Amino acid sequence: MTSVGTPVPRVDGLLKATGTARYTADIPFEDLTHAVLLQATIARGRIASIDASAAEAAPGVLLVLTHLNAPRLPRMRAFAKGGSAQQTVPALQDDRVRFAGETVAFVVAESQEQARYAAMLISVEYDEEPPAVGLHGDAYPPAKVNGQPPDYRRGDAERALADAAVTVERTYRTPVHHHNPIEPPVTIASWDDDGGLTVHEAAQGGVHMMRLGFAEALGIPRRKAGSIRVVSKFLGGGFGGKGFMWPRNILPAVAARLLGRPVKLELTRAQMYTSGGYRSETVQRLRLGADRDGRLGSIVHESTSTGSDMGEFPEPCAQITQMLYACPNVTGTHRLVRQNVGVPTFTRAPGEGPGSFALESALDELAGELSLDPLELRLRNYAETDPEHDRPWSSKGLRECYSEGAERFGWSARNPEPGSMRDGRWLVGYGMATAAYSSHTWPTFARVRIRADGTAVVRCATTDIGTGTYTVMAQVAADALGVRPGDVTFEAGDTRYPFAFPPVSSSGARSIGPAVRAAALAVRTRVARLAVKDRESPLFGADAATVRAIGGGRLARADDPERYDTFVDVLERAGLGHVEERKGYGVMPFLHSTASGIAPWPVGPLLRVATRPFAGRYSTYDFGAQFVEVRVDPDLGVVRVSRVVGVYDIGRVLNPRTARNQAVGGITWGIGMALMERTTTHPRLGKYTSPNLSGYLLPTNADVPDIDVHFLDRPDPLVNPLGVKGVGELPVVGVAAAIANAVHHATGKRVRSLPIGPAELLG
Amino acid sequence: MRTFAYLSADDVATAVQAISTEPGAKFLGGGTNLVDLMREGVEHPDTVIDITRLPLTGVEELPDGGVRIGALVRNSDLAGDRLIRGRYPMLSQALLTGASAQLRNMATVGGNVLQRTRCAYFYDGTAACNKREPGAGCDAIGGFNRNHAILGTSEDCIATHPSDMCVALAALDAVVEVESVRGKRRIPLVDFHLLPGGTPQVETALEADELITAVELPPSPLAATSRYRKVRDRASYAFALVSVAAALEVADGTVTGVRLALGGVAAKPWRAYEAERVLLGAPATEESFRLAAEAELAPAVGRSQNEFKIELAKRAVVATLRQLLTEGGAA
Repeated sequence: MTSVGTPVPRVDGLLKATGTARYTADIPFEDLTHAVLLQATIARGRIASIDASAAEAAPGVLLVLTHLNAPRLPRMRAFAKGGSAQQTVPALQDDRVRFAGETVAFVVAESQEQARYAAMLISVEYDEEPPAVGLHGDAYPPAKVNGQPPDYRRGDAERALADAAVTVERTYRTPVHHHNPIEPPVTIASWDDDGGLTVHEAAQGGVHMMRLGFAEALGIPRRKAGSIRVVSKFLGGGFGGKGFMWPRNILPAVAARLLGRPVKLELTRAQMYTSGGYRSETVQRLRLGADRDGRLGSIVHESTSTGSDMGEFPEPCAQITQMLYACPNVTGTHRLVRQNVGVPTFTRAPGEGPGSFALESALDELAGELSLDPLELRLRNYAETDPEHDRPWSSKGLRECYSEGAERFGWSARNPEPGSMRDGRWLVGYGMATAAYSSHTWPTFARVRIRADGTAVVRCATTDIGTGTYTVMAQVAADALGVRPGDVTFEAGDTRYPFAFPPVSSSGARSIGPAVRAAALAVRTRVARLAVKDRESPLFGADAATVRAIGGGRLARADDPERYDTFVDVLERAGLGHVEERKGYGVMPFLHSTASGIAPWPVGPLLRVATRPFAGRYSTYDFGAQFVEVRVDPDLGVVRVSRVVGVYDIGRVLNPRTARNQAVGGITWGIGMALMERTTTHPRLGKYTSPNLSGYLLPTNADVPDIDVHFLDRPDPLVNPLGVKGVGELPVVGVAAAIANAVHHATGKRVRSLPIGPAELLG
Repeated sequence: MRTFAYLSADDVATAVQAISTEPGAKFLGGGTNLVDLMREGVEHPDTVIDITRLPLTGVEELPDGGVRIGALVRNSDLAGDRLIRGRYPMLSQALLTGASAQLRNMATVGGNVLQRTRCAYFYDGTAACNKREPGAGCDAIGGFNRNHAILGTSEDCIATHPSDMCVALAALDAVVEVESVRGKRRIPLVDFHLLPGGTPQVETALEADELITAVELPPSPLAATSRYRKVRDRASYAFALVSVAAALEVADGTVTGVRLALGGVAAKPWRAYEAERVLLGAPATEESFRLAAEAELAPAVGRSQNEFKIELAKRAVVATLRQLLTEGGAA
């Protein structure tokens, strides 16, 4: 009886449902002090004067840091260059204001209320300058896009366009998005008497990467980075917004060192919009050329997103276009326009999310030009091998995703004529899109310990970002050990545990899982070795390599399962309290990975070295097909998504319950992206207009219909021994396009700027 | 810390006495709006007078067939009240489209009437807002104004009144009863909220020392066939882009009675008198509905981002009236 593949309920479900899971903000600290940020109210200019004297004199105030008195902090190394930061410019170092929401003062007091009040007493005078707002200025190429050059060329796309029988040329726009996890970011920093630093973080960014970031920011040599401990046990969502070192992570540690007391900073909802990055708005120009049968001869995908003086993160929109369809001539370009709005960052389904909206909308428009079924158009351009790198896929079940999805959805009932389908007064539309995501495998280590009572503990420094890692990794270890998952405890989120990369880019299951499995198998083998040398063991004299786990913590002879020993008995006879093994996994010599270009030290160089000799054997991607039904009120232009079918090839499904949870969440993100999510910026002032959940609309339950999720559940043996790919981001990809395509099918109106609402559909 | 005094009143006389001697005081009902505004630094009363213990929680039938609603009736209770659901379904529906279940459980009728605009610039203490700081200017004009007003605006303010409930009350000729140490008076709901003009900071006809004690609904057989329709950017828990409260009576294909009010379009719940005038006696057809909507929206002015609301409002009027004609009122 194996546990992997079964819908084991979350091991932390009861804790979370009853409010007893201890999130970072819940951790009690003796002698704790509380900090708040004071943020710039202009988008560009200089601080002409700042007077904190009233704040400093206010009750309970312990420290006020401004650019006038803050310790000098170094520029941070960018994540793209092997560091841990997106915003490389540290806070409080000069009088310049580069975006509205930049920290201009950091106030620490005995209570949060006192700190908040004191912050209101700080008087700041600004010399304002007109900010750069919107993607209107001069565009320039970024240094790198996800580790790749900003421009990609295969064949001669311009010439092929000129020669194409049918062309589509359109521009698509997506707005600024914010991550909006339910839990605000929290940092608690405390120094001990020996100069060691402990930081409790609500951190998606991986505790080890953050440790290096703290060392860099605080001037602690890398070789002494071990004196820094970062802990992150539970996370109330991250989605990219808690993924890197930002000034808000660093300042509490700076203040705690000055005060000699622990400092806690918890952001307000409004501050979350300006303190942890965002998804840039994008303008994407798509040009497609095809023959009359719909075979693509050319794609040009030109994407522009927000640049910044403080760091660089180009939204990698065109990268999906480079690999998704069999097209001989493809150009993808990325450009930036500098704005005074802070540094953008990864947001769930970075690149593929907004990129697929443009690409998959354009394909739908091409299908319309050709009078061809949109699904048939995709099948005619199906890429049997990776056209970008000219090598086979490790696995690709996309064709089955299309057919299974079409069957479940009832795609064949679609009348191709826009506006032809109705339900009462409601216009009904069907739309579809392809999903693909380049999930990554990162180097990961795990330690598995079998204890004298036969239970096991697995330790790994990854973070469960809410995806179910605690549960799923207990299942993986249980199967490898031959015990029940309830006998395994997975412990994570602590730099004292073996190294793990941040669980980003849908990497959690596929990176941690194989490491956990390898360590569990290794420790099981160690127990077997003890047994076969033990005259009192039923396994005495057997070949340890052939001893099999038969469940219940029992190890049996391969030739006679009736003769078995148990973990408990072996350890007891050996007089051992426990045995343990540590194993690593994740240097992927046979798979292409763009990861080597963006992985931080020490991983990046390692990956670069490891992959170079072997790169080019296989490409690995997660694939899927999204089918959507919408209803549009013809009077009012109100759009409701009434059905979604998502079929995904994510390799083996470790736990259908947690995997489905990821898919439903991802599709819901797509619904939000299509119909309501948008951060608005004042066109002249360059400030976010409504940084709260009243102004930034997320889907409510009433906006999310029943979602039919189906996984092919086919192990990909080339990716890793578990056969598991990634699921976190894939289900977002294509949903917004499928909705926009369905809206077009329902109404005949093509909306190329998100979100889609009454304003776009009237008239 | 920014301190304020807290008082609690057990009866109306004590409450209005307290506020008459505390010029900087505010009444606290459900707190769903006032507390937000205090936290954002928009409101800063010196004294908060808790009125939640006043005996103003009844919904009573009046001898003439109307209904008297105590000012402290919670929105969710009013929405579920049998009298309201039977005689004034548009009001029950309007309440249920407002906010979330949790907020409706807290929010009071009096507080709902007095809730303030959700214009983002009104809330943002660093933005220019004539309502918050007279003479400061208006960042909404030329800023993000997609959700802003199209009727009755001025060059000083284009904010909307956010209430759904009040739109139905406007259509129903509700009367607001207020009390102070100087006595009681009755203010028709349609006169209660004021258009901005040059004084957007003056939002209602209520004097600073007056307490809303009740809202009265006159009898209205017409209202039994009524609907509230709200157009918004998501299916639940969002303010109206446009909303319509409507009641319709048709005899022999002719409109013999109509009530119409719009939400999300002005600084007050907008009773559509002009549209009612056009409709009364006209054939009950889609064409008449459209003519009436055109007449009502003729003076509408769009800004940089909310031009679409003019057409949307017209269509919402037509769609709601059509639905009343073909399907009758809501159950």
